[in-house]
Amino acid sequence: MNAQAADKTVATMAQTRPLVAMDHVSKIFSNGTLALQDMSLTVRGGEFLSLLGPSGCGKSTALRIIAGLGGVSSGSIDWPSSRINSKGLPEGDISFVFQEPTLMPWQTVFGNVFLPLRLRGVSKKAAEEPIMEALTAVGLGDFAKAYPRELSGGMKMRVSIARAMVTKPRLLLMDEPFAALDEITRQKLNDDVLNLWRRTGITVIFVTHSVFESAYLSNRIVVMKARPGRVHADFPLVTASERDALYRSSEDYRQACEKVSAMLLEAMGDAPEGH
Amino acid sequence: MTSSVPEMNASSERRKDIALRIAVPLVMVVGLVLIWHFGVVMSGVPPYILPSPGAVLSALIGDWSLLFPALVVTTKITLMSLALALIGGAGFAIFLVQSRWIEIAFYPIAVILQVTPIVAISPLILIYAPTTQVALLICAFLVAFFPILSNMVQGLKSVDHNLLNLFDLYGASRWQTLIYLKIPAAQPYFMTGLRIGGGLALIAAVVAEFAAGSAGASSGLAFRLLESQFRMNIPRLFAALLMLSALGVTIFAATSFISWLALHRWHESNLKREN
Repeated sequence: MNAQAADKTVATMAQTRPLVAMDHVSKIFSNGTLALQDMSLTVRGGEFLSLLGPSGCGKSTALRIIAGLGGVSSGSIDWPSSRINSKGLPEGDISFVFQEPTLMPWQTVFGNVFLPLRLRGVSKKAAEEPIMEALTAVGLGDFAKAYPRELSGGMKMRVSIARAMVTKPRLLLMDEPFAALDEITRQKLNDDVLNLWRRTGITVIFVTHSVFESAYLSNRIVVMKARPGRVHADFPLVTASERDALYRSSEDYRQACEKVSAMLLEAMGDAPEGH
Repeated sequence: MTSSVPEMNASSERRKDIALRIAVPLVMVVGLVLIWHFGVVMSGVPPYILPSPGAVLSALIGDWSLLFPALVVTTKITLMSLALALIGGAGFAIFLVQSRWIEIAFYPIAVILQVTPIVAISPLILIYAPTTQVALLICAFLVAFFPILSNMVQGLKSVDHNLLNLFDLYGASRWQTLIYLKIPAAQPYFMTGLRIGGGLALIAAVVAEFAAGSAGASSGLAFRLLESQFRMNIPRLFAALLMLSALGVTIFAATSFISWLALHRWHESNLKREN
């Protein structure tokens, strides 16, 4: 995406109804820890937003709240463009990719990707096409019959992504999905997620503690601060060049990393290292 | 993925391994029988103290019409009590894990039943049960029930928390979570319960018959054992014992095979280590 196109996307985004609206949300855990303090965040369609911060800054907590997993202690969370079900949660619009692939070992790859559709009452026959489409999209079209144990870490993650995409959600939440992978696999999957985002127009909220990953992927970065978890900075990241292998060694990317890194250091300024 | 050449090598290796696994114990058993035979012949021990393998074999053939119906009775009681224990144990386990309070209320009762020696309860059961056969069935059921229950409870509670979160996120109902997640995840535990329960059901069926001392046409192998002892018909006693061992081995083999069938494609316990 070039800079103009990016600007255009940002402009259209501003006009649409937000997908997620967090309004002064705080979260206190049952042990009394203030995990999140007064966080407000509006996410619009088409954004690739990274939640970046040191451990304990509440970024995963924020993501879980956005997913509707676990309520808020004060403030409010809303999904203005989703249908809200009887439990007060958005229906069918949100998918989640965890840090672990979180696959059912007793099911084949096909069975794992089938899960979200199966839970909605879709028959196996009707589900076959979207499942194979999702598997092909992550490059695992030939592995439908394999069991998770037969796959590498990166492939398991791809299954997890295919499972998240099979319902054609509007919002994809990813909680440090590639943190446990080796660098090469991680870069490959970063590119794959970017392609997926470009192709489908899905909105992504991506939790990471990696400056490089967030600078490579996102068009908006929210830097968070720890103890208590809160938003430190929220800024768009518009780049002139296409994000691909070449971009990784470009001056543009270096500057983006520098900027993000400076923000992160600032956020960690009053929280001494190792805490 | 492995290529086909190493796969072929691996399969011939596996065949060799299986052949050895059968041959080694077989040679061992044949050797022991030979030692037994020559020991009896050379020492001149009378057959009413220690019969030779030949005498046992001829008792087995000669008393077949007496022993085989007894074997059928014992097999029936064992399998019926095991089936009841499987249904009851798994069903009760599912009921127990529905709420913490249900578990707190009912689990101690199951424990009390388990820790009280079955031989001590059997006189009572004999009084209350309509027929001796029913009493034997209840005794064997009580013994086989508990390992299945406790393993199943453990299994239902050991579900991966991330998978539970995933099911929550997809709005799975309690029923769907049970069918698609908890029960499959508990399978390995259930299979352990099945293997232990199968062995215990046979032991309990024999012990209960010792305690009940039933006679007549519906008597099982345990009664034939006692009867042979009273009549000093030691070859027949050995023959009955042999049948019980064979039944035990068959149950063990069958339950192991069922467990293998259910788990070999995905569970660690049935997989070869690859490093």
